[in-house]
Amino acid sequence: MADQARFTELAMEHMPALYSAALRMTRNPSDAEDLVQETYLRAYRGFGGFTEGTNLRAWLYRILTNTYINSYRAAKRRPEVADVEDVEDLYLYKRLSPANGASSRSAEEEALASFTDDEVKSAIESLPDAFRIAVLLADVEGFSYKEIAEITDVPIGTVMSRIHRGRRALQKALHDFAESRGLVSSAPGRSE
Amino acid sequence: MSEGHDRMDSHDPLFGAAQVDCGSAIHQLYHYLDGELTDERRTQIADHLDYCGPCAGAAGFETELRRVIADRCKDHVPDSLRQKIADLIEAERVGDA
Repeated sequence: MADQARFTELAMEHMPALYSAALRMTRNPSDAEDLVQETYLRAYRGFGGFTEGTNLRAWLYRILTNTYINSYRAAKRRPEVADVEDVEDLYLYKRLSPANGASSRSAEEEALASFTDDEVKSAIESLPDAFRIAVLLADVEGFSYKEIAEITDVPIGTVMSRIHRGRRALQKALHDFAESRGLVSSAPGRSE
Repeated sequence: MSEGHDRMDSHDPLFGAAQVDCGSAIHQLYHYLDGELTDERRTQIADHLDYCGPCAGAAGFETELRRVIADRCKDHVPDSLRQKIADLIEAERVGDA
């Protein structure tokens, strides 16, 4: 049982990460601000039910995710499928390899270093909801599969599948940015 | 293609059956990088990456990509939002008292 008086001291430091996640979820600064406000209000009101010493960050993300799903996702702009049938593992890596087989280390580093904040954010925001949330929680926030299962209320197998498909879709989106700048080929230069 | 790439598909004859091949290593790479394998599996993949250049290259790339994704996704919290939330919680606190 957590003391509400301790809420500010414990919870406020998580605001930058929660705000970034809210921006990726809502894709809109005004909705993101509303979402973070509502998350903090709900968290404060429910803080008595939080057990101090357990994972506060995961608990806050659970409130954020539930609030987003219940309040902001009503108007679905995209279908809940990640079309990655033609996107294999290591999609980006394989396409960063020059076809002539020369050492590609510099090409890889150049491409990775060249991605801008806006490109990476856009690539994540292009993913359908369920996949976007799973990838955000795993790759940006570093939660474990088990924590993500608890945050999003789905079985761990579903979490793994969403992360896997979401990452492939993310690699495809990043690849398209890199390709538009002539940094990668559309066909793999590396065999599997 | 460098000769090392052949090993992405094949079982290296120098190592015993307990060793993982490249296909298996790549298949489990994400679980490995996520820290979600059993100790035994993790050690097997780590051993494979120690001797297999192409797979280690892929693993290094995926690690770096993940770092780039996390680094590029930071946003500045508007001061007005911090203030609004502080005010909101203060109002709740006063209301509770």
